[in-house]
Amino acid sequence: MTSTRCAACKYFRRRCRPDCIFAPYFPADNPQRFACVHKIYGASNIGKMLEELPVELRVDAMESLYYEAKCRIQDPVYGCAGIVSLLHQELHSAQSQLAKVQAEIAFLDATNVALAKPTSSADASLVQENGIDQGLDDQFNMWFY
Amino acid sequence: MKSQEPRSSSSCAACKFMKRRCTPHCLFAPYFLADEPKKFAKVHKVFGASNVTKILNEVPEPQRQDAVNSLVFEAEERLKDPVYGCIGAIASLQDKMFQLQHDLAVARARLARCSSKTSYVASCSNTSPLLMLDGEFGLASFDDFVVDQYGLTNEFRQHPFP
Repeated sequence: MTSTRCAACKYFRRRCRPDCIFAPYFPADNPQRFACVHKIYGASNIGKMLEELPVELRVDAMESLYYEAKCRIQDPVYGCAGIVSLLHQELHSAQSQLAKVQAEIAFLDATNVALAKPTSSADASLVQENGIDQGLDDQFNMWFY
Repeated sequence: MKSQEPRSSSSCAACKFMKRRCTPHCLFAPYFLADEPKKFAKVHKVFGASNVTKILNEVPEPQRQDAVNSLVFEAEERLKDPVYGCIGAIASLQDKMFQLQHDLAVARARLARCSSKTSYVASCSNTSPLLMLDGEFGLASFDDFVVDQYGLTNEFRQHPFP
């Protein structure tokens, strides 16, 4: 038996071949990593997944599988899906907050516009006081200015 | 004449998939109904039947439906994205959350500036603040809107955002 067996072959107490598909991703110094993914997915499924992936993507795939397996071991009911659900809820809450703040900004913008222009009621009271005919809404009737 | 063994006429999707007899105490039967064959197929492809059995046996019965639903979700994500699976979905949601938090911070800063501007404009105005609250503009109908003797005061500067 080779003295440099990968974690998978050590786990199965078998010879680790030079072309072992698990060896690059499950080094001997981290036996817990393989045990974790094997517990959830099984070695044969991991092997199939690796074979179906291009070599350059296998590292990322094994990292993500390991993370998902850890989540499932920590939370057997929800696993990673629990994190997704939580994030959806937080997103929804943040979106509601943003909508509320934007509505308040819109209201304040309208307030500022209102403050900036003269009120028709103020002008109307001035007109009434001087007995001048109502023509405030007529944009062409500028004589009262 | 060949004798026929008694068979269940309602095998669950798991037993149909694995071509075995579905017993009355089948662990999968409550969660993988016969009319949802694809659901079990996905879970089987990613996790394998024996691993699903182990996971379900570790979970109390009232929570097994949730466990199956989450396994189906993870299996679907992994089949859609063989490299990142569920982690890809998490990363995408985290990116959206980060962007949203940034947008919220910007909006809150703008709200604070708008509030200051409203107070300033009101204080500079020569018109009586009471005439500002004309129903024509619908301003007085907004909640928590207060007029003080110096102009319009917007309580939203202190309004606790949930």
